Amino acid sequence: MIAPGAEAITTPAPPAGPAGRARLRRALRALRRNPRAAAGIVILLAVAIVAIDPHLFMPYQAGQQVGPVYGSPSLSHPFGLDDAGHDVLSETLLGTQATAVIAVTSALIAVGIGAAVGIAAGYAGGWVDLVLMRLTDYVLVIPVLPLAIVAAALFGAGLVNLILVIGLLLWTTTARAVRAQVMSLRSRVFVRRVRSLGASHLRIVLRHILPQLAPLLVAMAAIDLAVAIFTQSALAFFGLGNPSQITWGIMIWFAFERTALVVGAWWAFVAPGLAIMLVAMSGYWVGQAIEDALNPRLRVRHLAPRSFRVALAGGAAVGTAPAGTAAATDGGVTEGGR
Amino acid sequence: MAGYLVKRVGSMLITVYVVITLNFLLFRVMPGNAVTDIARVPGSSLALEHAIEQQFGLDHSIPVQYWDYLGQLAHGNLGVSFAYQQPVAGLLVTALEYTLPMVGAGFLLALLLGLVTGVLAAWRRGTLVDSTVSNLAIAFYAAPAQFLGLGLVMLFTGLLPTAGASNPFAAGEGFWPTVADHAQHMLLPSLTFGLAVFGQYTLVLRASLLETLGEDYTLTARATGNAPRRALLRHVLPNALLPFANIAALQLGSLVAGAVLIEVVFSWPGVGTALYNAVVQRDYPMMQGIFLLLTLAVVLCNFGADLLCRVLDPRTAT
Repeated sequence: MIAPGAEAITTPAPPAGPAGRARLRRALRALRRNPRAAAGIVILLAVAIVAIDPHLFMPYQAGQQVGPVYGSPSLSHPFGLDDAGHDVLSETLLGTQATAVIAVTSALIAVGIGAAVGIAAGYAGGWVDLVLMRLTDYVLVIPVLPLAIVAAALFGAGLVNLILVIGLLLWTTTARAVRAQVMSLRSRVFVRRVRSLGASHLRIVLRHILPQLAPLLVAMAAIDLAVAIFTQSALAFFGLGNPSQITWGIMIWFAFERTALVVGAWWAFVAPGLAIMLVAMSGYWVGQAIEDALNPRLRVRHLAPRSFRVALAGGAAVGTAPAGTAAATDGGVTEGGR
Repeated sequence: MAGYLVKRVGSMLITVYVVITLNFLLFRVMPGNAVTDIARVPGSSLALEHAIEQQFGLDHSIPVQYWDYLGQLAHGNLGVSFAYQQPVAGLLVTALEYTLPMVGAGFLLALLLGLVTGVLAAWRRGTLVDSTVSNLAIAFYAAPAQFLGLGLVMLFTGLLPTAGASNPFAAGEGFWPTVADHAQHMLLPSLTFGLAVFGQYTLVLRASLLETLGEDYTLTARATGNAPRRALLRHVLPNALLPFANIAALQLGSLVAGAVLIEVVFSWPGVGTALYNAVVQRDYPMMQGIFLLLTLAVVLCNFGADLLCRVLDPRTAT
């Protein structure tokens, strides 16, 4: 029988009142120690704000020709002009909206399905666990981009199809991570206590287990966001995007298809490419920071690498091993890769 | 060990079977019919469409089609490409002859880069070198593969060949000039591939090195009088390479996405370009064959990764 005292220490209180404010303070302190995660959050927030109404931030109108085809970058057009004389910076900002909608929706679907599968498998155990984990293994084995390409080619490349395809492929890593944590939570004493008080399984899952999973789900969502953007831009590069809807991936495809390389107009794809890079890096930093915070091993003493003297692992490291992250993995990507 | 091997091979065979079935189902639930495109010729009629359906066995029920499909697969028949009027299997073999060297060279480059940068970042942990190297790795990993490819094309136009696998004018020059020509053309795509994927290896190796440095046996190795470099090479690095090898082998399958995009950018006549052309031309047998090939590659790579980890680390024996 586990000593009740030990369990009380390791069972975190649900966030409410003074305990909740203490957690917030700890989270803010962790952010200050990890500038990358802070930068990541700022960038993601900026992208979200631009995505809500890009027209507020665009220096020129959408689809407005402001100069010659593939005009070079200048002071008034820092990223030059594209193949129709539009300002590349404005087009990139405009593309934020569609890219964000696709990426966020796909990531939410992926995390939602993953959480549902993970909770069901981890909580119920037994044959439910077995069946769900076998299913996860088979879906995990399918490479994301080829299936997305085939599905888009077979069923059409509309917005809904795109979101569904990406969402239905990315849930597996979340499912595995959630299952592991749910299994460890299920065996905690507090669950047995609440159960003995007569709580139904549904209540236990919703009220006690789900809040504990929140940081993990946010971390997975951040990483899935990056993979979703990679996959969407890869699909666009294959001609399977929607050309009438500007996204960053479509812009890179336009540059490739519409002879930007031949003309030497490198600016036509640098802006959207850098945008994808920034969002992917931010997603990775934020997701990694949360995983680091959840991972107790960082407080283990390390030998300082060169002198081999014992030294504390100072603060959050740049990044621990990506726990089953993709490439992209995408991208890669999608990965990541995955 | 033998029992474990049998279990793992059995599990892999089941996964292969599931993949084959998924491949079959995927191309049967698509809207329309496989022959609607072929039958769209001038002067065609319903009778022609029925005749083609009969020839390809598409008028049978789905379970019968499935059985036919399995039988044909067992004979290595992946169908006939609509666009090239040739067996898909032969076309895929030719494509693989181009893809495998390019991806292989790129993968080795990525491993090398990841090893060097990972050790460097861990050795100089906390310093400017560490943050620069780690952030560079993340930046390259976060850049979409097609973006890196396009960037490298812009940088190296005129200096290195940026399209195709060989110079058509140099076809009959002799053995070594041909090899040199192919190598020159392969340089940029492989470099792009290596740059696109090395980032994850850097981070994984750095993390596992730092974790190994926290283990008790490392402290013991140092306490028993080993010089730092000797302790690093003999005790830390081999153990740190285990998760690195694990991740590297597992990720082999998902490097497919990057390879496919890079081939399209550089017009490299491999599996990626074949998939691109098949999509553009609505060549369903080709798409089906490539999808099957890529998924089976992932399954095999995961199996290989499992075996590799078992061999390298006897502690994983359950």
